[in-house]
Amino acid sequence: MDRRFAEERLFKGLMILATVLIISSLVLILLTVLLKGLPYMSLDMVTKTPQGGYYLGKGGGILNAILGSLYLAGGATLLAILFGLPVALYMNVFSRPGARFVGACRFSFDVLNGVPSIVFGAFGFTIMIFFAMRASLLGGIIAIALLILPMMVRSIDEVLRLVPHELLEASYALGATRWETALKVVVRQALPGILTAVLIAFGRGIGDAAAVIFTAGFTDSIPGSLLRPVATLPLAIFFQLGVPIPEVQGRAYASALILTILILIISLAARLLARRLTRHVVK
Amino acid sequence: MENRTHISVQDLNVHFRSEHVLKDINLSIPDRKITAIIGPSGCGKTTLLRSFNRLIDSTEGVRVSGRVLVDDENILDPKAEVTHIRKKMGLLLQKPYPLPMSIYDNVAYGPRIHGIRERRRLDEIVERFLKKASLWDEVRERLSQPASALSLGQQQRLCLARGLAVEPAIILGDEPTSALDPQSSQRIEATFTELKRDYTIVIVTHILRQARRLADHVIFLYLGELVEQGPAWDFFNNPKQPMTREYIKGLIS
Ligand SMILES: Nc1ncnc2c1ncn2[C@@H]1O[C@H](COP(=O)(O)OP(=O)(O)O)[C@@H](O)[C@H]1O
Ligand SMILES: [Mg+2]
Repeated sequence: MDRRFAEERLFKGLMILATVLIISSLVLILLTVLLKGLPYMSLDMVTKTPQGGYYLGKGGGILNAILGSLYLAGGATLLAILFGLPVALYMNVFSRPGARFVGACRFSFDVLNGVPSIVFGAFGFTIMIFFAMRASLLGGIIAIALLILPMMVRSIDEVLRLVPHELLEASYALGATRWETALKVVVRQALPGILTAVLIAFGRGIGDAAAVIFTAGFTDSIPGSLLRPVATLPLAIFFQLGVPIPEVQGRAYASALILTILILIISLAARLLARRLTRHVVK
Repeated sequence: MENRTHISVQDLNVHFRSEHVLKDINLSIPDRKITAIIGPSGCGKTTLLRSFNRLIDSTEGVRVSGRVLVDDENILDPKAEVTHIRKKMGLLLQKPYPLPMSIYDNVAYGPRIHGIRERRRLDEIVERFLKKASLWDEVRERLSQPASALSLGQQQRLCLARGLAVEPAIILGDEPTSALDPQSSQRIEATFTELKRDYTIVIVTHILRQARRLADHVIFLYLGELVEQGPAWDFFNNPKQPMTREYIKGLIS
């Protein structure tokens, strides 16, 4: 009896330790960004592009990178939904039940999900060279879309798998086609979960540096065309951190803070939206 | 169109992988009557019902042979177009599954799919079929609320209204009262008795008393075989097969 109690206590202790470790490292990261970045935060940071000598400590901001990141992650997320949602719907609604092919799809998406983002960057870069394309917003969008597609498909897939089969049958029984059932019933039932999946993919896209380093390039001006290079927040942070001037390094942390706040705002907005959308979901 | 059978089945065999679930089934279902498919659980009642509207297709590893004639069309023919066949039949499942939308949209779902867009016509359809399913009085004030907010019994009647709204000639029910409380079950049964004036109704049930109360025609399945079928009175009072006698007495289940 004593041994079982000891075991119980040991495991409880380990779990608490793990939880504390994770939460405290999260808090530490946020605190570092906040403490180091806040003093360098200014209106200029979010409303101006880098002026001459910005990277030596002179005036300006990183509006170019903020907009660049939003365009890039937004475009990539849209592109990924455009391809990802049909794939997930195919795997769950259109395929023959129990088809091997679907299992193979799931497996390959899981493998792709584990591929480091620099590989997607390199792959995108190779394709761009093939088409004689220069680093650009479009190149970055494609690379990020490729990066986030596997995780988006798999998380939407998991949500769709939870839709009860009887719900589909109820729709078929009324004479609906698979297509109508997929769009009007399955997507509607799974909408909150789909939204969450899209949001997580967006967060990963906006935070990634390695996939855009060759494909999107970098520029000090505000993105104006799909075919011109764009700046991104992760790269802006990287470049500023590399400059041995305290003023510039401080702005790197301020940039990180901006990125964090952006992701926070988008998460909250999506949560609110998801809550509204659960109204009709059948339990 | 007196007494022409809407549904008749010839030499139907169904396998799930290696399991032989329905064996050489031959039967016909009388129009504008309530037919009960009875038998112990696992004997193939659901499978038989689902072969009437080819929902059985969506099961993994299923093989079907034979003919199921609906209005003289063999619906098992691979070339048969399933959506118009399914439109002829409303379906109720063991547990009600309202669609993830409002009460109104649930009933309007079928008509919209089949091309009705005018708001006025849809309003009229929704009201007419909610009344037919005796749900109108309870929901008329809250048609735009989510269907999932209704009680189970109300949801089942909503599913009935939703099925009726595509104007089928046949209603299929797979133990449609088994998830409901006694009062809700009674309301559904009463609605069925009323609807049989206009519809051919087929219900699966494993409750003998329900079959006695409702059925005009009975089909008795046992281990995938059709043991006996016939008019309800004959079936219950003068069964021909020893197996049927034992089942009615409750000796086998
Ligand atoms: N999806 C399925 N896959 C494999 N076997 C099934 C499936 N559905 C039903 N069966 C088998 O078919 C037989 C008949 O099932 P069913 O028609 O559901 O019986 P009932 O409705 O009379 O209880 C059972 O033995 C069951 O194991
Ligand atoms: Mg059953």
